[in-house]
Amino acid sequence: MSVTDMASAVSEGVSDGQELYLAGFTHLIPFAAGHEMIRQGLEDLTLVRATPDAIYDQMIAAGCAEKVVFSYAGAGLRRTLEEGDIEFEEYTHFGMVSRLAAGAYDLPFLPVRTFAGSDLPAHNGKIRRVESPYDGEEINVVPPLNPDVTVVHAHRADEHGNAQVWGIVGEIIDAALAADTVILTTEELVDEAVIRSDPNRTAVPGSAVDYVVEEPYCAHPSYVHGLYDRDRRFYRGWDDVASTHEGVLEYLDEWVYGVDDRREYVEKLGVGRLLDLQPRTNYATPVDMGGYQ
Amino acid sequence: MSYTSTELMVTAAAKELHDGETAFVGIGVPMLTCNLAKSTHAPNLELVYESGVVGAPISTGGVPTSIADPKLASDSTGIYPMYEGFSRVLQGGRIDVGFLGGAQVDRWGNINSTVIGEYDDPEVRFPGSGGACEIACNAGRFMIITPHERRRFPETVDFVTSPGHVDGQGGRERHGLQGGGPSTVITDKAVMRFDDAGEMYVEKLHPGVTRAEVQEATGWELPFADDVGETTEPTPEEVRLIRDVLDPDRIYIDVPEE
Repeated sequence: MSVTDMASAVSEGVSDGQELYLAGFTHLIPFAAGHEMIRQGLEDLTLVRATPDAIYDQMIAAGCAEKVVFSYAGAGLRRTLEEGDIEFEEYTHFGMVSRLAAGAYDLPFLPVRTFAGSDLPAHNGKIRRVESPYDGEEINVVPPLNPDVTVVHAHRADEHGNAQVWGIVGEIIDAALAADTVILTTEELVDEAVIRSDPNRTAVPGSAVDYVVEEPYCAHPSYVHGLYDRDRRFYRGWDDVASTHEGVLEYLDEWVYGVDDRREYVEKLGVGRLLDLQPRTNYATPVDMGGYQ
Repeated sequence: MSYTSTELMVTAAAKELHDGETAFVGIGVPMLTCNLAKSTHAPNLELVYESGVVGAPISTGGVPTSIADPKLASDSTGIYPMYEGFSRVLQGGRIDVGFLGGAQVDRWGNINSTVIGEYDDPEVRFPGSGGACEIACNAGRFMIITPHERRRFPETVDFVTSPGHVDGQGGRERHGLQGGGPSTVITDKAVMRFDDAGEMYVEKLHPGVTRAEVQEATGWELPFADDVGETTEPTPEEVRLIRDVLDPDRIYIDVPEE
């Protein structure tokens, strides 16, 4: 486990040809990690994500991807699928997060009450049916997903990688626990005492984490609940940008290749844009964890 | 009082929701529908989103643009990780009603939100399931809300993303589907339900819409109820709530300039 910077975490933690999960369901998407992978020229990755949207559009356009595994395709991926240029594997959201859960729990498969009556199993051989040994009921199952690398972003983490989030948790816990290597990016590196003051809030235990990177505004244009809002201006424009391969490349030239790191990206965004994304404060009521001898 | 066809769809759908029920909400028209019901006759309607948010507040003053919008999470009564939300809440049988839309719907209420053309060589690719298939499998019932056009109501869908009554009578039981399946289809022309054999029929026509118009916009011979009724028009108060409170920026409703 090491506390390091994004460039080092990516160069040490990720290799060509690996299976990668950038976690976060709309919330806490580690864009800065994806951008660094693009700058470092990673290739032949299998990109897995429930909702591959802007960050995977960018990684696909940059040539990082050999295959994409998903359960809801954004506009850019839909174009790529129509063009037939990429290998893919498709699930439903419940199927995808069940694969991560099976991976995190080290199970050979998980039964799911979904896919029945749908055409998806006919096109994805990994979705199979088993008979319950107890009552003979037939049920669909999905295999574990154990990404080579998962990147998760958190509100705060200590130097051991104990990471806390609030707001929508999404699939980040299982995505981290299922992975061989975990890069934990955080808005703020905090003292261990902060984590210990509110243990229920811990999403990812430090024991699962390989690299800790303090990276403010890592998730922009997605959001970090309570710190900065989803950049609707970006997302409203993105479908148009992603409607052509060239459009995405132009974006990369300006916002990824055109900056050295997230700090330069944030400077380029500008103070006004960040102020527009700042929510009002709305503190949770503190809990009394009790002090015990 | 004038109203738009979207407002009519929202008010017609809201009447299908009962106080005390738990709804699995999608973004857009379903969210307006649930927020309207909760603001009027169903204050105890519980709103659950696939992002794991349960007990979401009524969204006012600028609508959420994503099912994982921070506005839905702040002031909710609970937030589950995604696997727990789908497994404990939806698969656990705790959702009374869901909402689905899609590119194509057939006579059994099977929905395609995946592809037009061949799966491996698509003419048009759509987002795919997201959480739609599991809503169709597990919700107590679900409503389908979609514009009424012939290309959207074909005899056979190109791909079944989310199962309706599958292949007709007993189809859901044969496939081991625990939820009740599609209950209602609400379009910009009519309100449709499903008979005991699982086949769609027209229950009500929207004001000013003829049988011929509905049939023309449907790709198979659509049965009509013996006593086809007329959909109740939105009240001025409902229209005011939708325009001024629930979607003041007019993100999901298209109100013509005065």
